[in-house]
Amino acid sequence: MSIKLPIYLDYSATTPVDPRVAEKLCACLTPDGLFGNPASRSHPFGWEAEAAVEEARGHVAALVNADPKEIVWTSGATESNNLAIKGAAHFYQKKGKHLVTCKTEHKAVLDTCRQLEREGFEVTYLDPQDNGLVDLEALKAALRDDTTVVSIMHVNNEIGVIQDIAAIGEICRERGIVFHVDAAQSAGKVPIDLGAMKVDLMSFSAHKIYGPKGIGALYVRRKPRVRLEAQQHGGGHERGMRSGTLPTHQIVGMGEAFRIAKAEMASENERIRMLRDRLWAGLSDMEEVYLNGDLEQRVVHNLNVSFNFVEGESLIMSLRDIAVSSGSACTSASLEPSYVLRALGRDDELAHSSIRFSIGRFTTAEEIDYTIELVKKAVTKLRELSPLWEMHQDGIDLKTVQWVAH
Amino acid sequence: MAYSDKVIDHYENPRNVGSLDKSDASVGTGMVGAPACGDVMKLQIKVNESGVIEDAKFKTYGCGSAIASSSLLTEWVKGKTLDEAAQIKNTQIAEELELPPVKIHCSVLAEDAIKAAINDFKSKKGTSGLQQTA
Repeated sequence: MSIKLPIYLDYSATTPVDPRVAEKLCACLTPDGLFGNPASRSHPFGWEAEAAVEEARGHVAALVNADPKEIVWTSGATESNNLAIKGAAHFYQKKGKHLVTCKTEHKAVLDTCRQLEREGFEVTYLDPQDNGLVDLEALKAALRDDTTVVSIMHVNNEIGVIQDIAAIGEICRERGIVFHVDAAQSAGKVPIDLGAMKVDLMSFSAHKIYGPKGIGALYVRRKPRVRLEAQQHGGGHERGMRSGTLPTHQIVGMGEAFRIAKAEMASENERIRMLRDRLWAGLSDMEEVYLNGDLEQRVVHNLNVSFNFVEGESLIMSLRDIAVSSGSACTSASLEPSYVLRALGRDDELAHSSIRFSIGRFTTAEEIDYTIELVKKAVTKLRELSPLWEMHQDGIDLKTVQWVAH
Repeated sequence: MAYSDKVIDHYENPRNVGSLDKSDASVGTGMVGAPACGDVMKLQIKVNESGVIEDAKFKTYGCGSAIASSSLLTEWVKGKTLDEAAQIKNTQIAEELELPPVKIHCSVLAEDAIKAAINDFKSKKGTSGLQQTA
């Protein structure tokens, strides 16, 4: 069987739209389709578009066991994170001006917190443990009487570890603190039951699970009710929380993607786990290869690996036949090693040597086998080029070397 | 990151990869950079009695531009006298490889590496010279 190159192994960055999703989405654009404005009350073009939007809202809610009325459409998880964190922090600021998050959060959360700091709020950034998970005792200790919002992501975008949001929810609810969860990387990959989990706000993205880009949602709990200050003003759409004409085609696409995820998640995860295990077995066969993040508490889609003594960017250059990322896609234009791996306490050189492989719906076993061979060849070649590898082979402990830093 | 054809050529077919005997008096070794910064270059030169670099080898941990800069440098210094080799400027390397601004530091590192190798050779020669006269 021939393999189409390059092989896409960057599903955590984005996914292709599932053809079933594309079909539904395209039916909302042209004159024969549902092109109407869902807010138009005076004719069937509007009514039909509105019905399609509400059906999609139901699909999104169903995947996470929420009420459709608790789903607010946004342009994506970045906007959802902004709306949730700023919206809640602003609304509850009379109660207090302190927030808690973790150093390994996505930039959409960290940068939003930075903005709040500029506005006079205080933010505590928790250090994760070596396995990437938040220490619940450290979280408890960080909470204060004036803490209003805790924001912890469900699944980390770089290392794929799954935080115990059920436990964090209990801690926050007990203290009456709003708990926001960025679920961009977990929806459709990990079961989420908002009927049971004490999460108040949850961010979703469509394009991470085979939906279109440019659309997302924010779950806003109704019981007990969570209030937000709108960040975007206008026609009062989405119960005043997010104004702007609803993009029917994107919403319908997101709904269909979430419907498929609910129906197929269990069987798909099993297949992806098999591929992930196959990839890890192949790669860990080499010396000095390290997995970043907890192996058990992680999504089956992600493998973040450090190849010691090989620099990540040069490795990616050798891997032109596979699409993977070094660090996160959002920061790979800079030369900084991954802040997530640094926060885990990984040495800088291991952080520089990391590659994220993310597997998805259209990955095949043949592609995994091809990848293993390619990576092995590239790592071997680059280690032959590496003075660090040579020193390691000679038994020199690199930590004892005085480097001439520049 | 878009690399120039020259960087890709040096990266895919690096010239003069390897190591020379560090303890040999005619060999100068320069190692610059740090793993924490994402690049380490080791450049070695073998100098004959008339002060001409007759062989050069490198090993580099770093991005494609760092590997290409050191590979190109080994080509350039071979056959040059120590003084000529010491004249090589990072800008010449950057120009030849068409390095983008974010990768200029790779060529700086290469210039540092040849200077360090020459210094190492000279300091060794100084020591061994003394031994010979003694």
